[in-house]
Amino acid sequence: MRLGDDDTMKFIDAHAHMISRTTDDYEAMAASGVVAVIEPAFWLGQPRTNVGSYLDYLSTLVGFERFRASQFGIRHYCTVGLNSKEANNEELAEAVMDLIPRFALKEGVVAIGEIGYDEQTPLEDKYFRLQLDLARELDLPVMIHTPHRDKKRGTTRSMDVCIEHGLEPGKVIIDHNNEETVREVLDRGFWAAFSIYPCTKMGNARMVEILRHYGADRIIVDSACDWGISEPLAVAKTAKLALQSGVPEEHVRLACYRNALEAYGQSGQMSEEDWLNPPPIDQRTLYEGNSILRGGRPPVVEARRSARSADDLVIE
Amino acid sequence: MKAEVNIESGRNAAIALLRDWLFRRIDEAARTWFEEQVSLLRSDSGDRALYTAFGLMPRRLGKKSLALSADDAGAAAHCLEGWKPGDWSLVDAGRILLLARLPGSNPDFARRFCALCRTADVAEAISLYRGLPLYPEPAALEPQVGEGLRTNMRSVFEAIAHHNPYPKRYFDTHRWNHMVLKALFIGSGLAPIEGLDERVNDELARILLDFAHERWAADRPVPHELWRCVGGFARGDALEDLARVVCSGTPLERRAAALALSASPDPAAAALLERMPEIAQAIDSGRLTWAELE
Ligand SMILES: [Zn+2]
Repeated sequence: MRLGDDDTMKFIDAHAHMISRTTDDYEAMAASGVVAVIEPAFWLGQPRTNVGSYLDYLSTLVGFERFRASQFGIRHYCTVGLNSKEANNEELAEAVMDLIPRFALKEGVVAIGEIGYDEQTPLEDKYFRLQLDLARELDLPVMIHTPHRDKKRGTTRSMDVCIEHGLEPGKVIIDHNNEETVREVLDRGFWAAFSIYPCTKMGNARMVEILRHYGADRIIVDSACDWGISEPLAVAKTAKLALQSGVPEEHVRLACYRNALEAYGQSGQMSEEDWLNPPPIDQRTLYEGNSILRGGRPPVVEARRSARSADDLVIE
Repeated sequence: MKAEVNIESGRNAAIALLRDWLFRRIDEAARTWFEEQVSLLRSDSGDRALYTAFGLMPRRLGKKSLALSADDAGAAAHCLEGWKPGDWSLVDAGRILLLARLPGSNPDFARRFCALCRTADVAEAISLYRGLPLYPEPAALEPQVGEGLRTNMRSVFEAIAHHNPYPKRYFDTHRWNHMVLKALFIGSGLAPIEGLDERVNDELARILLDFAHERWAADRPVPHELWRCVGGFARGDALEDLARVVCSGTPLERRAAALALSASPDPAAAALLERMPEIAQAIDSGRLTWAELE
């Protein structure tokens, strides 16, 4: 496999906080083969203090960020939800809960998420449950953020509560898995996503071992790249490493592309046609100025300079 | 007063026309759903039903274009001068119709319109602004439309600036001039701006000449359409700028400069035009107009 050339693998980064990333990142992702990203609503690294900033944030996800991605031939989807950290601010949480239905049915919103537990407080539990009910009512998939601390118990509890609220495991994606949680998630019929995120979550060598051991059924590899030290090329790099390590190409395709499409495609808001052969109306609104994508060819982005350097003197 | 009455009846005729176009293109289930939304919004003044209907529109009406015939386009212009819904989608039509049919004399319309704009996705923003000619309380929407012009999304900007009679009628000179300048700045065309030639003004010509100098200083091309808004005010120094284009421009740019010179009130323009006898003759005979350069 050659990454970034014609007839190479296409990737979906099913968890990427692109509002925190630069155009260099978009360019590099497109060159690595990423055709679509899913941006879950989450917190911004510091808490929002009023509902207005949440409203503007969600508007950005369905508006400007979608446009920004389109300039690089990348299709941008998002999930909307109240995250677990900010669920602990009850006044904010109440106001945000009024906003969620306003955004949940917009085009390209592929799930309610990322929701779940952080410290597993009663308020987190309350708003998690309310949003599960909303997802069921609107027939949308759910993206679950599993906690960093007390992860194993938090993951089990997240799944228990989903079942208690009548959600089908096949419509729920459990993210930020690791070696300790993956078995139970797969055994119970949920999708198991892995965020390849330096230091705190998963490394890609470990991910390759998981693919070897479990195969690729219902496994999704994403980057979760955000405002922290993270890697927007994590999906492409993991795919490459997996292939080099002898993981079958079909498994790599499933984990880095097809499974995300199948899981989030259940929303009815994401289909391969969107990037392979977008309807004229989408081309006009979402790929303006990007003639590259028109006509159904995969995006070809100019080869990127090997590294950013102050020695590239001329700026035009 | 009479003019206002005519606009009101034109608006009603346009709404009826739009409904007819839409209903001929969607199936029975979609028609029923749509009418349900209209009557729901009649009894429910809360916003949730409106947002839900807006969001569901692509799911219910599909992703096709309205695909109007030449006759349809003619009928549109007959209802409302400058109304050109030629590249609207079915979803645009549905959303706009829903808003235009919100109940009665609705003093709340501007507030609801602004709120919808604030949470709009890309396609929704386009629909919202395309519909401007059909909404009640048009003057009250102007600040929000100004906000819309500040967008970085070209397709949203063009929903306001192109094929839309609203700016011509409701923008003051300052807003108008900045819309024209921004269109050039982002590489968008001027020709689709309704009222472009009617609303040229001295200040706009000055702004555009400054812009041309800025582009030249940066060694970037100057869009040939710029000269369309300059010609009628080109005197003195402005003629030197046009002379520069006449001497060193591309064939397209030279023809644009010639058209501008032909509109110049300065007698010195004629001498410059004489340097391009063939082009000057084409202008004289009506063979070369701005429409040819679009
Ligand atoms: Zn995240």
